[in-house]
Amino acid sequence: MIKVILPPHLRTLAQVRGELELEVEKPVTTRSVLDALEDRYPMLRGTIRDHVTLQRRPFLRFFACEEDLSHESPDAPLPDAVASGAEPLVILGAIAGG
Amino acid sequence: MSKVRVLAGTRKGAFILTSDGKREKWDVSGPHFAGWEIFHVKGSPVDPNRVYASQCSGWFGQVIQRSNDGGQTWEPVGNKFAYDGVPGTHQWYDGTPHPWEFKRVWHLEPSLTDLETVYAGIEDAAMFRSTDGGQNWQELSGLRGHGSGPRWQPGAGGMCLHTIILDPSDPQRIFIAISAAGAFRTDDGGKTWQPINQGLRSEHIPDPTAEVGHCVHHITMHPSRPRVLFMQKHWDVMRSNDAGDSWTEVSGNLPTDFGFVIDVHAHEPETIYVVPIKSDGEHYPPDGKLRVYRSRTGGNEWEALTKGLPQQDCYVNVLRDAMAIDSLDKCGVYFGTTGGQVYASADAGDSWNPIVRDLPAVLSVEVQTLA
Repeated sequence: MIKVILPPHLRTLAQVRGELELEVEKPVTTRSVLDALEDRYPMLRGTIRDHVTLQRRPFLRFFACEEDLSHESPDAPLPDAVASGAEPLVILGAIAGG
Repeated sequence: MSKVRVLAGTRKGAFILTSDGKREKWDVSGPHFAGWEIFHVKGSPVDPNRVYASQCSGWFGQVIQRSNDGGQTWEPVGNKFAYDGVPGTHQWYDGTPHPWEFKRVWHLEPSLTDLETVYAGIEDAAMFRSTDGGQNWQELSGLRGHGSGPRWQPGAGGMCLHTIILDPSDPQRIFIAISAAGAFRTDDGGKTWQPINQGLRSEHIPDPTAEVGHCVHHITMHPSRPRVLFMQKHWDVMRSNDAGDSWTEVSGNLPTDFGFVIDVHAHEPETIYVVPIKSDGEHYPPDGKLRVYRSRTGGNEWEALTKGLPQQDCYVNVLRDAMAIDSLDKCGVYFGTTGGQVYASADAGDSWNPIVRDLPAVLSVEVQTLA
């Protein structure tokens, strides 16, 4: 199981609490995790990546294992610790705005 | 006994304000969607329990929410607004071509006759329609495909389609307005559109009487006279007696004819309301006095309505979708401010009271009159 941490507003939108656990087929990549996330929580479509281009929304970041993976290819394998479920993929909103 | 339900969209959530027909005591519910910008909340005329909300955020983009119980509970529905075909370009602020990009939904207009049909006006300006209660959205691309599209340019608030008026006498006719392209009308249910800006004069564009390029802030219509339209333009209050084919200025004795809102009395089609704002550079009331102006003559002759409104040190704005009118007798008039007040008048504007004083900045106000 892959662990995912959503920003608070998206947890509210998806009506979930805390860390999520998702079944994700290998290879585990940002794209495959987001596909699985959006399949299970369709209300999140468009809120993390653009509906049409599938580009990450500019004020969101993907962190894992103390690394910023936001600029990696969405098809690059995520770290083994994420793929094994030891560490979460953190989807983070920028600290900005009012 | 009649009830009213005021739907307020704010910078940080939606609020639902309810009262009985006296409109003296109010219950306040909210914030719904706390922390999100709520550009617009509007109920269906077919079933007032069906309410839609446009929820958006700089972080997470657009969400459309739907309620089937008058706003007590909500469910997210479709939020995919994909332009039809290759989007092409419009003009950017500096006059260069800029690709059409979806940013947010400014206005939701439920059908007058079909519960599951709802229209959305979006930024960058386009018109969308859903026929399944907001689950799926299709662009009415004849509007953006009108030959003038590449010449449209954003106003300071973005290139938004902010006004949608459905003609109750003709289901094929819809009026819309875009900042800063102008007003448009379809007579065939949205397949083809024509600009209806003849008579508008805008000094801030190279050709002040151009076919498109006018910064229309809002338009209103009385349902009993669907050919008569009233417009608050960037500057100038305008009137059309021929469904927008031509416009004449009716600013008359207003202290300033800049402003955003304009609305029409529920029972007197020649009685209209505006909130004059000092200028495009100073978005607050003149002299620090918050005054609604009412004309009982369809424009030109205006009276200031001040009873209950702050008459000193008031520097709020009233945004384009932030006024609404109920259909009780006397009709109630409501408006929200960027200072977080929602004011109500239960006597057609003669006197005012704040329903709430300290909401986040109010973006939109609608009202439902409930049996």
